[in-house]
Formats: sequence, structure tokens, C-alpha cells
Amino acid sequence: MVLDAKVPQGEMKDKWQNYKDHCRLVSPANKRNLEIIVIGTGLAGASAAASFGELGYNVKAFCFQDSPRRAHSIAAQGGINAAKNYSNDGDSIFRLFYETEKGGDFRSRESNTYRLAQLSGNIIDQCVAQGVPFAREYGGLLANRSFGGTQVSRTFYARGQTGQQLLLGAYGALQRQVATGKVTVYSRHEMLDLVVIDGKARGIIVRNLVTGKLERYSAHAVVLASGGYGNVYFLSTNAMGCNVTAAWKSHKRGAYFANACYTQIHPTCIPVSGDYQSKLTLMSESLRNDGRIWVPKNKDEKRKASEIPPEDRDYYLERRYPSFGNLVPRDVASRAAKERCDAGYGVGTTKQAVYLDFAEAIKRYGKMEAHKAAIENPDEQTIRNLGMGVVKDKYGNLFAMYEKITGENPYEVPMRIYPAVHYTMGGLWVDYELETTLPGLFAIGECNFSDHGANRLGASSLMQGLADGYFIIPYTIGNYLADDIKTPAISTKHPAFDEVEKEVTERIQKLMNIKGTKSVDHFHKMLGKIMWDKCGMSRNEKGLTEAITEIQQLREEFWKDLRIPGEIDSMNPELDKAQRVADFMELGELMCRDALDRKESCGAHFREESQTPEGEALRIDDQFSYVSAWEYKKEGEELHKENLTFELTHPSQRSYK
Amino acid sequence: MEHYKMNLTLKVWRQKDKDSKGRFETYHVKDISSEMSFLEMFDVLNEQLIQEGKDPVAFDSDCREGICGACSMYVDGRAHGPWQRNTVCQLHMRAYRDGDTIVVEPWRSAAFPVIKDLTVDRSAFDRVIEAGGYVSANTGSAPDANAIPVSKWAAETAFDAAACIGCGACVAACPNGSAALFISAKVAQLAYLPQGDAERKTRVVNMMEQAKKEGFGNCGSIGNCEAECPKGISIGNIAKRNREYMRAVTSTGPEGI
Amino acid sequence: MTFKEIITSPVGRKFVMGFTGIFLVLFLIIHASINACIFLDDGGVFFEKAAHFMAYNWILRILELILFIGFIIHIIQGLTLWKMNRAARPVKYAKTRYTKKITWYSRSMGILGSLILLYLVMHLSQFWMGTKKEMYFDGPHWDLYAQMKVIFTNPLWFSLYMVGLAALLFHLLHGFQSAFRSLGINDKSWTPLIEKIGVAYSIIIITLFALMPISFMFGWLN
Repeated sequence: MVLDAKVPQGEMKDKWQNYKDHCRLVSPANKRNLEIIVIGTGLAGASAAASFGELGYNVKAFCFQDSPRRAHSIAAQGGINAAKNYSNDGDSIFRLFYETEKGGDFRSRESNTYRLAQLSGNIIDQCVAQGVPFAREYGGLLANRSFGGTQVSRTFYARGQTGQQLLLGAYGALQRQVATGKVTVYSRHEMLDLVVIDGKARGIIVRNLVTGKLERYSAHAVVLASGGYGNVYFLSTNAMGCNVTAAWKSHKRGAYFANACYTQIHPTCIPVSGDYQSKLTLMSESLRNDGRIWVPKNKDEKRKASEIPPEDRDYYLERRYPSFGNLVPRDVASRAAKERCDAGYGVGTTKQAVYLDFAEAIKRYGKMEAHKAAIENPDEQTIRNLGMGVVKDKYGNLFAMYEKITGENPYEVPMRIYPAVHYTMGGLWVDYELETTLPGLFAIGECNFSDHGANRLGASSLMQGLADGYFIIPYTIGNYLADDIKTPAISTKHPAFDEVEKEVTERIQKLMNIKGTKSVDHFHKMLGKIMWDKCGMSRNEKGLTEAITEIQQLREEFWKDLRIPGEIDSMNPELDKAQRVADFMELGELMCRDALDRKESCGAHFREESQTPEGEALRIDDQFSYVSAWEYKKEGEELHKENLTFELTHPSQRSYK
Repeated sequence: MEHYKMNLTLKVWRQKDKDSKGRFETYHVKDISSEMSFLEMFDVLNEQLIQEGKDPVAFDSDCREGICGACSMYVDGRAHGPWQRNTVCQLHMRAYRDGDTIVVEPWRSAAFPVIKDLTVDRSAFDRVIEAGGYVSANTGSAPDANAIPVSKWAAETAFDAAACIGCGACVAACPNGSAALFISAKVAQLAYLPQGDAERKTRVVNMMEQAKKEGFGNCGSIGNCEAECPKGISIGNIAKRNREYMRAVTSTGPEGI
Repeated sequence: MTFKEIITSPVGRKFVMGFTGIFLVLFLIIHASINACIFLDDGGVFFEKAAHFMAYNWILRILELILFIGFIIHIIQGLTLWKMNRAARPVKYAKTRYTKKITWYSRSMGILGSLILLYLVMHLSQFWMGTKKEMYFDGPHWDLYAQMKVIFTNPLWFSLYMVGLAALLFHLLHGFQSAFRSLGINDKSWTPLIEKIGVAYSIIIITLFALMPISFMFGWLN
């Protein structure tokens, strides 16, 4: 099969308009007779389901959480980008597009990324109309801040809870459609498989997580908005329940999986404190604007951080990247921290952390404040107090969160941070219409691969989720459903449903019947360790090859020695987890294969074999300017390539020296 | 910060399903690190139960960073445990000492039936929002975001109310099982913003009607909702809601109810 | 919405509670002022005059009727709310703990109210019924002042009055400020003031009431 991205004709800036002008429409009378399934109720899923309902389609929306409002989009802190140029600082659609493309190390499809930038402004309009309380200036107009080292201020934000406020806006829109009867929400329901009839996605098998019963739902099209797969690493900033099952099962039914190896590791997270750790917590990267990152120069440093004099400190980012210093992109900062810790310079009890120090920022701000307040010859304590006030205003909520988790006061001792898995750029392959290679199956938000290339810039995941859900899929699904206006409601009595449900039942019984000795978490942690060590921040051929073998062995052991207590026909969270981990075990192998295939370093994917003499990532454009799209086959995954073309950008080597 | 290990006794509410009768079970957990979160301590307990061939304790939790609102435990007589302005996922074990006994119950409310163990059904909240907790703005119909200025004060005040995570601690902590704080947070958020103005009368009335049907109790101005709210939502919102409600039901004309 | 729907809605009920509550608060001021007349220490002459005026003036008689209706609505709504609130938590917690800010009396308004109701029955049958008998049924001349002496020098009645007044004190301490919130008033600048006025009001009113039996009991008045 040749991958056809179906990119519309015309100049880049006209493509989306051309598409909208010429795509087929479904009349209101026909929309009433059509059904759509949406999996996931995060930003992408909730916005899509609500918009479908407004258009008149009949929607069934599913989430595994107890309410659609709990989807993990809610945890996004920083903000959402939009090329509004409200700041009058030279922003434009092109600049947002170009930075996103460059940030992704030129590994995304230009047409999709450009459209994302074009739609960014509409998102802000829509959210404001919903009552999202964005930050404002005294004049009553919207405030912007700069984020992630961009040169313009284009990030809209609602304190440190932008994701929450945007999701609650979409959730409100969704509940409004529930009230009209156009949308039915099935919470505590998890999709376990996809039903394909005559080559088209037509339904799903779900488990009711309260009763344990399997249920069948049909529709004319299925939209996956099921999020990313960072939990393959066990420890990540994802929520406990985030999983790949819906996407993975769809992959096994025919949807190609793209760029599986692109995983973003966020540099500023609270480090692991012990084996019991269940998840990691992100600290907004805005902290790097004022904090200085360092490790001791001596490996066996026993002194407290504050007692180590400057000459014994290694401010390694400032040393290696004099012009960008602590503000290098996420992937560069993460790798540098790992390099120091691997070399034995890490701090804290686990030695897997580096210091993020605000002592100097406090002093610097304190002096400025003293100057402003015309205090002559202020003593050190006065300066400190004044400086702490400034730092508190800027980062107070983050400092409080850090103290709650670690029990340490970051105003007194430097924070300890370490990189953690945060976002997965890879996902189901989709064309310009966000349709997967399986007709009638669409993928939106983090679960597709489309807009971020090999690395995602800050404040752009919220943008993508909402662009896909509010403004893209409502058009493209109409173009698909226009063929289906004469198709009556799909019967769940169709033999295809029987067959898939039987497979699901057998899989569950097989899992329950292992009756081994080890818990799901045991296997999940083992998998996570393999992935983190060998397919994490830096990868090499040897490690990846070993990882594949180790994962295969682990998978075998999993299916022999797993223990799931409880029953099938009742609420059983362990069984739910087991099914998710079973899929992670398969995905993990594909990630390693994908990483093995991509012998270049690009964005978040760092192959040790491909680096500059200074140890920086080295892209190889003539060989790897493609999207890898994997087709599931019984005998093994087969690679297809979508070659990337560059009309508006010229791939260049990133340099932060 | 000194880290230490502790052994604890847990009295945990176990209930097979909605219709079964529940009871307390006593468990002992050993070598709990002071650095663990409360829910990680429960992970340890569950691992132990699985090894013993017993059914692990079912409890809701998802983001484990205090924002999704899934976690819901009534710990030693308090919603989300002993720390102020905190969710139970962010409660850490340094709050306890070796030898402590901890009683853990689910939220107790007629509107939040127990599904299993410490898991309750909070879909009543979804239905209350469904009744009007939104602005009816169809996708694509919005004017430019800066078309309507909103004073910084209004935006900030609306945000303070909008910070609600819908965890249900207010209902759990209220001696009357009232959802007044939850409802008022949404009513107030949208009442302070010009975008919410068109529907402000129907919104508050419909949400209140739904809450009544769900079986929540009545506000007694006791203030325990505010005291236990992990996001510190102010009880002042309840007065705002009352004002909005009385204004809505007493006004006449096309906008009157 | 019909009027009935409004006043039986959760906010409506609270509104009615708050409204009647404030009405009763105002009544207590009048009641306490009349009571204070005994402290003229003229053997109750002026007090009797005031009481007689209160009992026989026709405007005040109408107000008395409204007062009664206010009491009854407050009591019925209170009992209804209490019942609804109990139904909202069918299974009780094994353990509950409150932070220091949450006062015990704010959580006990139902019990305090019930105590006050019992107290009211006792109080009305001892003082108010006699006046009514005299007025409507040609009863014997009702010497209110003498009756007070009899009741308040009896240790049993005296203690019951003290208990009743204590219940009223705590009911007022929470009820006063809560009423304003029910009516929709809660504000950074006003609420602290309302709370302070509420505390001052409750203490002054109850002290005035309590001084009456205390003065008779300890023979400060004859």
C-alpha cells in the first residue's frame, strides 16, 4: 500500500481553504441518521464529540475515567500558543508554523503543521466564548507570555492550569450536547477492540468497568482521541490510566502506527524517590528562565548544596551551550542531565538528579527590588526577603507543589530535578484528513503522529488537540460520511461483532487463567526499565537489539506468570491494567524497532551513532526524511515510508551553542 | 528533611458492589517510606493483597498530581486527609508516624453511591453540569477573543471559582451532604464573565433543580466545604449563587423563569 | 416558576430560613427592650404598662400574628431541611473530624432549634397563655410580674431557662451570619462586619434575657 497523505493542491496557505471549499458535505437531514463513536474525552475527544453533536450527528463518547472531565489534558500547565499577534511583536502564522516545524527537527508534514498554525487563533476565540478565564491585562484584553524560548509572546494561559480550564470548557460543550441527547457519554467504559466490516471501521467492543461486562457499540465512523502512550515507560508524567490499547488494537486491525520511537522526555520533573513510585510530576519549564542548573564537580561530594562553593560547581548547560545556557530545548537539556548523572555526578540519595538553583535569582531580584525601593546598603537578609517575594510571585504555585511532594523548601535548598517521559509525538498514521489507513477510523490529538515531528514545542499540545477536535475533524468526517448517507444504522448483531467479541472474551479469559505469581505492576515496572534504559533519552543499536529480545522474553513471562485476582464479571481494576500492559508489551517492541530503523538523531530521538564531534544530535536528511509507518502483520511489523517534502522550510542543523 | 520508615494499621472500608453491605477490614503495612504518597502506600497494600491472593482495594485515582479530581478518600474523618488544600494523591506519608492507625472510608452521600470499596459514582456532578454549567457557544461562531474586554478582576474572580476539580470533597465533608460549593463555583464563574451573561438565569435555576433531584442536601453555611476543598474555593460563591438564584426566580418578562 | 416551587427549592428554603430568621432577630430586640423595663426596679409598674401596651395595641396584635407565622415557617422549614439533610447521607461516617474553624454549634442548628422549640412551649405556657386568657376568656387579672417572681425563683424553672437561653445563644451565633449568606450577602468587606455584629448581638440579647431570671433568683429585684 502506498501511503497517500491526500494533501490538497495549491499554495501552503490556501490548502485548508481549498479543502473546505471542495470537500463534500452532509445535509442536516442526513446527519441525523449518522452515528459517530469517539474514544476519549480529553481536549481532542471532548471538542470533537461536542462539535459533532452541534452539527447534528449522533455521538457515542467513551472514557475510562469516572467523568469526561478527568481526562489527562487537565494536567497541562503552561499555556496554549496562537498566532494572534496581540503582542504586536512580529508573530504570524508562518512564524508559528516555522518554529513548530523546526522544533520538530523537520520531521513533520508541512501541510498539517501549517494548518495547525492557521487554526490556532480560532481556538482562542472559541475558548473565550465558552467562558475560559484566560489571564488578562488591566485593560480587559487577553495577556500573553513567552514560553519555551520563543522570540515572541504568543502563549495564552490561565495561571498554571491552562489545560484544566480548556478541558472544562470543552467538557461543558460536551455536557450541553448530552443534554440535547445528541451525545451519549459512556464513562468507566474502556475500548478493547475495533470492529471492521467490509474494510471499514464500524464499531467497538468495550468493557464496562463497573460491571465487567463486554458491550458492543456501532457507528458509521470511529474517532480515536485516546491520548499518548508514555506510560509504556511505567514512570511518566501521564496519568495512571493513560494507555495505548484503543490505538494499538486499531493498529492490529489495520491502522499503521507512525514514528513510534519519538518520545519527549521533559527535563524538569521531580526525580524518582524510590521503587514504590507510581508516577512523576512535571514542573513547568518556565522555571528554567530563572533557575540555574548544576551538579558538583566532584563525584563524591558530601557537602550540602548550599555549602558547595561556586568553583566546585559545574553549570554544565552554561558551559556547553554558552549562548542558550539553561534555556536550550527540552531534548538537549534532558540529554545533558542524563549525561552528567550517568558519568556519576548526580545528586540526592538516588544520584539520579541535578540541582535547579534559585539562590542567584533570589539575590538578583532582591537587589533590583531594593534599588526600586531606594534602600541603601541593604543587608543580605533584606535582599533575600525581597528576592524571595519576586520568585514567589512568579513561581509560587510550583514551589508549593515541589515542597508538598518532596518535603523540601526550594527557597532554602536547590530543587532536585530529573527528566521524565512526558509526551509521545508518534502515534497512528493519519493523512491530511486525520484518517488512518483504515477507512472510517480517524485519530486526533496526541494519539496521532501528525503535527510535531520528532519533538514538540511547549504550549502546542493543547493547540493541536483543540484544532483537531473543534476545527478539522468536523469537516473531514463529513467528507468521509458523505458516502454513507444511505447506510442504515450498523447492527451490532453483524457476525464481525460476534467474532471480535469472541476474541476479546478469549483474551480476557486467557489473562485470568494464567494464575501465576506476579502482579501486573511487576511486569509493567520491568518493561518500563527496559524501555527507559535502552529506548529512552539516548539509544544505540546494541541496546535496542537487546531490548527487543528482553521485551519478548518479558512478554512470554507475563503470559505465563501473571496473577490477576478477582472476577471477570465485576469491577476489576487489576484486569483493566493487565490488558493495558499486555498492549504496552507489544508496543514497546515496535518502538525499539522504529528506533533501530532510524539511524539518525532527530529531535527527541538520539542515536548515539549519529552525533556531531561535540556530542550533539546529527540529522541525516538524505536518508531519513520520512515518516515511518508500520503495518501490523502476523509475521511481524512491516515498514512503509511517507517521504517528507519541504516547500516552505529548509531543514537546517539546530545549534544552541 | 529526614526520611524514615513506618509500620501502619489501616482500617479500610470494603464493599463488593453497590448493593452489598460493606464493612471495615484491618490491614497492616510495613516499611512504608515517609516519601511515599498516600496512594502509593495503598499501591503497596494492594501488591501485598495480590500476593496473599486477596482482592485489592478499589479506589479512584488518575493524574496523581492533584488536578484531575479522581481521587476521593475520607481519611481519619476528613475528606482527602489531614492536610489543608490538598488532594489525597498529594498527601505524603511524612504526615504519619510509626504505629499510627488510619481509618479510610469512601465519600458518603446519597448522591454518590459506593460502587466498590472506596470508589463512588459521582456522575451526579456530570448531570448537574449538563443541566446548564456551560456557555452555549457553538464551535465556529465565536467573535474575536478580544472583542469583549473582561476586567482583570472579573477574570481573576471567575478563575478562583473555575479552579474547582469536581472531586466531591465538598459534598463528602458537608454534614448535610450538600453540593452547594460545587454548583456555586460553576454558577459564579460564568456569572462573573460577560460570556456567561445570556444564560445566567436559566443556568442557576436548572442546575439547582438537577441537584435537588440527585439528592444532595442543603447548605447550612457551616463552612466545612471551604475548609476541606483542595482548591480553596470560597464559600462566598454560595452567597453569589443564592443571589443569582433569587434574582432569576423573581424577575419577570421574557428572561424570567 | 410558581411561588410554591420557589420557596420549596433548596435556595428558596434557605432564603425563607434566613428571612424569617432575621425577622425573629428583630423581634428579640423588642422583646429584650420590654424585658429591660424591669430593671427600673419600680416593682414592675412600668414593665406592666409596657407589657399591657404590647398585648392590647391592635397594630401589635397583627404583628404578633405575623410573628407567629414567622416562627412556624422557620420551624417547619427547619425541620424539613433537617430531614432532607439526613436523607442526603444515609450511611454515616465511622469517624469525622473538623478543623478548628468549624464550630460545633454551626453543625447543630437542628438540635439547638429543637431545644429552643421546647423552651418556647414552656415559656409561652408560663407567660403568654395567661395574658391571652385574660384578654379573650375573661380570665382572672394576670399579674405578669408576680408570675415572673414565682417562676424565676424556682430552681428547676430557673435552670431550664438558662439551658434554653444557652441554646438560643448558640443558635443565634451561627444563625445571624448564616442568614445573610442565605440571602446572598457574602463579601470581603461586609461579611467580617456582619459576623462581628452577629456575635455582639447574640451576646447582648442573651445577657439581657438571662439577667431577668438571674436578678429574681439572686434577689436583686423584688
